[in-house]
Amino acid sequence: MADFFFHTTLGQILLIVLESLAVLVPLLLGVAYLTLAERKVMAAMQLRKGPNVNGPFGVLQAFADAIKMLTKETVIPAGANRMLFLFAPFLTFSLAMIAWAVIPTGNGLAIANINVGILYLLAISSLGVYGMLIAGWASNSKYAFLGGLRSAAQMVSYEVSIGLVIVCVLLAVGSLNLNDIVLAQRHVWFCLPMFPMFIVFFISALAETNRAPFDLPEGESELVAGFFVEYSALAFGLFFLGEYANMFLMSGMVSILFLGGWLPPLGIAPFTWIPGPLWLIAKILFCLFVFIWVRATFPRYRYDQLMRLGWKVFLPFSLAWMVLTAGFLMVTGLLPGGVG
Amino acid sequence: MMTQIVFYVFAAVLVLSATMVVCARNPVHSVLFLILAFFNAAGLFLIAGAEFLAMTLVIVYVGAVAVLFLFVVMMLDVNFTRMREGVQRYAPIGGLVGGVLLVELVMAFARWRSASNIDQIAHLVPSSPTRTNTAALGDVIYTHYIFLFQSCALVLLVAMIGAIVLTLRDRPSGRRQNIDRQHDRVPHDSLEMLQVPLGAGVAAQGGFLRPHESYDVAAVPGTYGTEAWRVREATEETQAVLVVTKPAESTKGKGDA
Repeated sequence: MADFFFHTTLGQILLIVLESLAVLVPLLLGVAYLTLAERKVMAAMQLRKGPNVNGPFGVLQAFADAIKMLTKETVIPAGANRMLFLFAPFLTFSLAMIAWAVIPTGNGLAIANINVGILYLLAISSLGVYGMLIAGWASNSKYAFLGGLRSAAQMVSYEVSIGLVIVCVLLAVGSLNLNDIVLAQRHVWFCLPMFPMFIVFFISALAETNRAPFDLPEGESELVAGFFVEYSALAFGLFFLGEYANMFLMSGMVSILFLGGWLPPLGIAPFTWIPGPLWLIAKILFCLFVFIWVRATFPRYRYDQLMRLGWKVFLPFSLAWMVLTAGFLMVTGLLPGGVG
Repeated sequence: MMTQIVFYVFAAVLVLSATMVVCARNPVHSVLFLILAFFNAAGLFLIAGAEFLAMTLVIVYVGAVAVLFLFVVMMLDVNFTRMREGVQRYAPIGGLVGGVLLVELVMAFARWRSASNIDQIAHLVPSSPTRTNTAALGDVIYTHYIFLFQSCALVLLVAMIGAIVLTLRDRPSGRRQNIDRQHDRVPHDSLEMLQVPLGAGVAAQGGFLRPHESYDVAAVPGTYGTEAWRVREATEETQAVLVVTKPAESTKGKGDA
């Protein structure tokens, strides 16, 4: 059996397909239930009940929404660029999926354990902006276009600070491999020694996924629904799922970079009984809860405040922290990989 | 075998999308084809084993440079019919430039030789199976060619500062938000309580309530809303002023509210 999977071409292809399914099926289920969880958690925070009609505690609400979305008509506005209009949601959705190829769920347990894993994640997340920009432009609508432009400017700005935060982590790890990044946190999770960077990264992740309080690209009160205002039915559904899958991805990145990935909090008995993937899922769910918590708590930023935060606060701060980290590691001789 | 097939797929799509960059009628489509070309170039890098370069190509060119391209091109107000008129006129010139470039490239590549001191340079990058090419590149750039690398960075820095200097316009009349000043502000700075007799109005006492320091010629009683005030409003940044007589006109200090 093992011989078939590891030594024949067909077996290897089959193995990759099975591995992908093992990641994507839980992910998509998670995305479906994240929409429900968001409504339930927000409802609890606002002293409401949230969806409670479909199934016990409303657990079937996600499927009711999906069926409703599938049975609706796809409306393509007049003057829209048809090809690009339909291409944009597929792009957003598939980008949110393919990034999961490198996320390790256990020691060496990733579909692709590549040496430049973190760069791959950075590259994929920086592509997310195209889905929105193309959607905004192809819709031939001024609200959608404004939403697209806003999201482009916002995501490019916050990518800079995300990149610098990642550099800080990489300085301490000495490798671009996600597996090595997690293993480097065996003794202490990076969220403790790099607590400020952890916060900067989390806030940048909020901005990168267009979540409240940075949901300006889709600010309902001013742009109706931003870049996907013209979308309906399945195309809208794909955007929606893509956004939530991106939240999962960003939570996964936070977990791997700062919360020790699949590692248990302490390497002693009761914690080590729980398998690694469950720890990773627990950490991702915690991050997602904070995403929702933030949404229920903070009012939306104004656009100039958003840009000020990104460029005038986070950029200099993370740059200074990077220099500090490098200097500290150099002085204490903790710099990994040996200094020649 | 597999590698060769993948190489030809990437190369074919690369050449095709590069052609479409030039041929597409819609400039936005051109930029999108350019992005596709970048992608396939990254794929070629991957096949060559240069994983770091491939990822950097995607992050820098696709993730940042092309976004700005697209940003600008989308905002352009392009007249497609007028653009097509120009094609006939400029085609010969464009073809000529392209031809010259092609000939030059062919001549350059036909005489391509490796440097004579290749053996001396090669040891700078000791290759071993465990060494990632990120580490190898870092070694070469930051250890052996650090000064060249730093000069490149300086050139970019100068370009960046130059772009900012050229495009930064300081509009004195604009109302800019100064967050530190807003945080430092206390009620005493901008408000002054007056005792106003019943039925008398505040015009006789200064028109509106504000600190003594901001009293000046333009703000004598009864001049509010006249030309003199407007001139002052347009040229100077003033503290917030609370108008008690005309609340509807309290447009001052919007950003400080």
